Amino acid sequence: MSILVNKETRVICQGITGRAGEFHAQGCLSYGTQVVGGVTPGKGGQEALGLPVFDTVYEAVEQTGADATMIFVPAAFTADAILEAVDAGIQTIVAITEGVPPLDMVRVNKVVQESQSVLIGPNCPGLITPDECKMGIMPGYIHQKGPVGVMSRSGTLTYEAVWQLSNLGLGQSTCVGLGGDPIVGTSFIDLFQLYESDPATEAILMMGEIGGTAEEEAAAFVKDNVTKPVAAFIAGQTAPPGKRMGHAGAIISGGKGTAAEKTSALREAGIVVAESPADMGTVMQRAIKEASS
Amino acid sequence: MKIHEFQGKKLFADHGIRVPRGLVATTPEDAAGAFDELGGHFAVVKAQIHAGGRGKGTIKDNPQQRGVQLVKHREQASEVAEHLLGKELVTIQTGPIGKTVNQVLVEEGCDISRELYLGIVLDRAAGKPVLMVSTEGGVEIEKVAAETPDLIHKTHFDPAIGLEAFQVRKLSKQLGLGAAGFKDAAQFMKALCRLFVDQDCSLLEINPLVVTGGSELLALDAKITFDDNALFRHPDIAKLRDLSEEEPAEVRAADAGLSYVKLDGNIGCLVNGAGLAMSTMDIIKYHGGEPANFLDVGGGANVEQVTEAFRILVEDSNVKAVLVNIFGGIMQCTTIANALLEAYQTVEFNVPLVVRLEGTEVKEGRKIIAQSGVDIITADDLTDAAKKVVAAAG
Repeated sequence: MSILVNKETRVICQGITGRAGEFHAQGCLSYGTQVVGGVTPGKGGQEALGLPVFDTVYEAVEQTGADATMIFVPAAFTADAILEAVDAGIQTIVAITEGVPPLDMVRVNKVVQESQSVLIGPNCPGLITPDECKMGIMPGYIHQKGPVGVMSRSGTLTYEAVWQLSNLGLGQSTCVGLGGDPIVGTSFIDLFQLYESDPATEAILMMGEIGGTAEEEAAAFVKDNVTKPVAAFIAGQTAPPGKRMGHAGAIISGGKGTAAEKTSALREAGIVVAESPADMGTVMQRAIKEASS
Repeated sequence: MKIHEFQGKKLFADHGIRVPRGLVATTPEDAAGAFDELGGHFAVVKAQIHAGGRGKGTIKDNPQQRGVQLVKHREQASEVAEHLLGKELVTIQTGPIGKTVNQVLVEEGCDISRELYLGIVLDRAAGKPVLMVSTEGGVEIEKVAAETPDLIHKTHFDPAIGLEAFQVRKLSKQLGLGAAGFKDAAQFMKALCRLFVDQDCSLLEINPLVVTGGSELLALDAKITFDDNALFRHPDIAKLRDLSEEEPAEVRAADAGLSYVKLDGNIGCLVNGAGLAMSTMDIIKYHGGEPANFLDVGGGANVEQVTEAFRILVEDSNVKAVLVNIFGGIMQCTTIANALLEAYQTVEFNVPLVVRLEGTEVKEGRKIIAQSGVDIITADDLTDAAKKVVAAAG
C-alpha cells in the first residue's frame, strides 16, 4: 500500500512534446512508471518516446485508460490543463509547472474541490511511491521502499530529507512535494489524513517553510487526528520579512508566517522538530523510537 | 512587483475610484507649478518611494523634514520638494540606509471627516481574496490587528463574481457609514475588488481611506503590489516597474534566471532549490555564522548561471567566504563539479570556497574537484560544510 499512486497507476504527460515534459516523462518511464501516453493540443496522432500523443485528455483517457497526469505545460496554460484533466475524470493530477498566477489557482481549486480528483502542486517536484510509480522530476534512485510518509513544500529539500532517511535505513511509503506557491491543490492536512489511514505508512516527516499558516493548521490537525509519529523541519529561520525567498509562497508578511511561530505550533502538537536541516532524518528516527517505547 | 503611489492613484482613477487631484514633480519648480495648477489654499507634497511609513519617515541628513508635508503657498511647495528630491528618506520599512526620493506627488488638500482603512489580499488559507476594512485608519494596521483585532472586519469574495451588495451593506454598517453613504461605498468597494482581480494584484491597500465632509469615500493613499507570476498578461502594468527602487544585484540575478536576496551577513551561499537554499542559510546560522544572501540557482545548475552567481557573490564586499550546496538529482554531480570548476576559474575568487555536493555520481564529482588542484574546500555533509565555511569566514 501507499498513497495516491502505485504500480497500477496509468500516467499520461500533458506537455509531453515540450523539452521538460519529454525529458521527465522519459525519467519516469525508466524508473518503471506506467507512462501510457501524452497530450499536446495540435499534435494528436504523433508519437513521443514511442508513446501515442493525443490532442485532448479525453481521448488519452479513452484510449489508454489513464488515471493520472503530470502537467508540464507553460504557466499561462496550466490552469486550463488542470481543468481539462479534472473534467476528463483523471484521479491524480500533478502540476509541475512554476509561475502559475495565484488567482488562476483560486478558480481551479474551486473546481477541484467539487470533483473526485486530487491535485498536487503547482510548482512542485511531484510524487513518488518507491519501486512502484514516480510521477515527477525527483531523482528516483535516492528513494527506498519503507514506512515513512514524506511531504514538503520544496523540491531539493525533500531530496535532502529522503537521502538522510535512506542513509539511516528508513525507507519511504510515498513522498509528495506539495509545491512552493501560496495556493496549491493539496495541503499538509489532506496528506496527513491519507498517511494516517495508509497501512504502509508508519511514521510521517514534513518539511514546511516560512509564509502562510499551512504548518500551523497542520499542527492543530495532527494534535487531534494523527496517531502515527510525526517529525518536521521548517526552512527559513533566517529569512528576512517582506522578501520572497525563491518560492512565491515563501514570504513573511505583516509579521506573520515566521519559522519560529510554525516551529512552536508544531512542538505544541507533540511533533519533533529538527533545529538543523542536517537532522531531518535523525529526528524522524527519534520520533519513531519515542513512539515505540 | 510594487508601484508608486501616484501610479496606483492613476489606476484607481481609471477604474472609477475617487482620488484627490495631484501632479507629479521631479524639480522644485515643477512642484511650485503644480501648486498653482491645483489652485487650492493648501496642498500636500508626498515623497514617492516604494515603502510605507513616509508620513513619519524623515530625510537622512535633515531629520526635521518628513516624507509628507502640508504646504500653503507655491514657495513652500518648492522648498519642501527641494528638501525631498534626490535625498534619502528613512522610514520604518526602508531600513537605516533609506531610499532616494526621485519624484514627489503634489496633491490638493481635502476636507477630512474620518480616516478609515481598507485592504485587499489573497487569503492563502481560505484560497480566496479577502476585503478588510477598519475604522482605525491612518495608523499602522499591523498594530491594530495585533491589539484590537475586533476592529478589523473581513469579507471573502469570489473573484469571478466580485463583491456582492449585501457584503457592502454589512461592511458599511461596521464602518458606521450609514444609509446615506451606502451607495457610494458600494460603487467604491466593488470597483476596488474588480481592480484587484482584473489586474492580478497580490495586495491593494488604502490607508487612510477618507470620508470627506461631503460623506464621500476618497482614496488618500494607494499601495498596490502585483503578482509577479501574472505580469505576463499585463504588459501595461509591467511597464510601471521602477528598477531604481530595487536592489541592483537582485535585478541582475533575476535577469540570469537566479533567485537572489541580499542579506546582512558575511557568508555567501549558492544552492539549488529554494527550500534547500533557505535551509542552508539556517544551518550557517545554527553553527554561528551569518548568511550574506539567499541564492537559488534552480533545480539544475549550468555553467553560465553558476558563473553569474559567483560574480554576484564575490562582488559583495561583505562576503568573507562562500558555501556551495548542491543536491545533484536529475543533474549528475560530475556535471555540476565541472560547471563549478569552470565558473571558479572564470571569476576572480578572493575568498575561501567550500563545496558540498550530494546525489548522483557524488564520488566522481568530488574526485573531479579534488584532482583539479584548485583551492576549493570540500565537505562531506551539510553539518561539515556549515562548520567549514563558518571557520573560513573567521
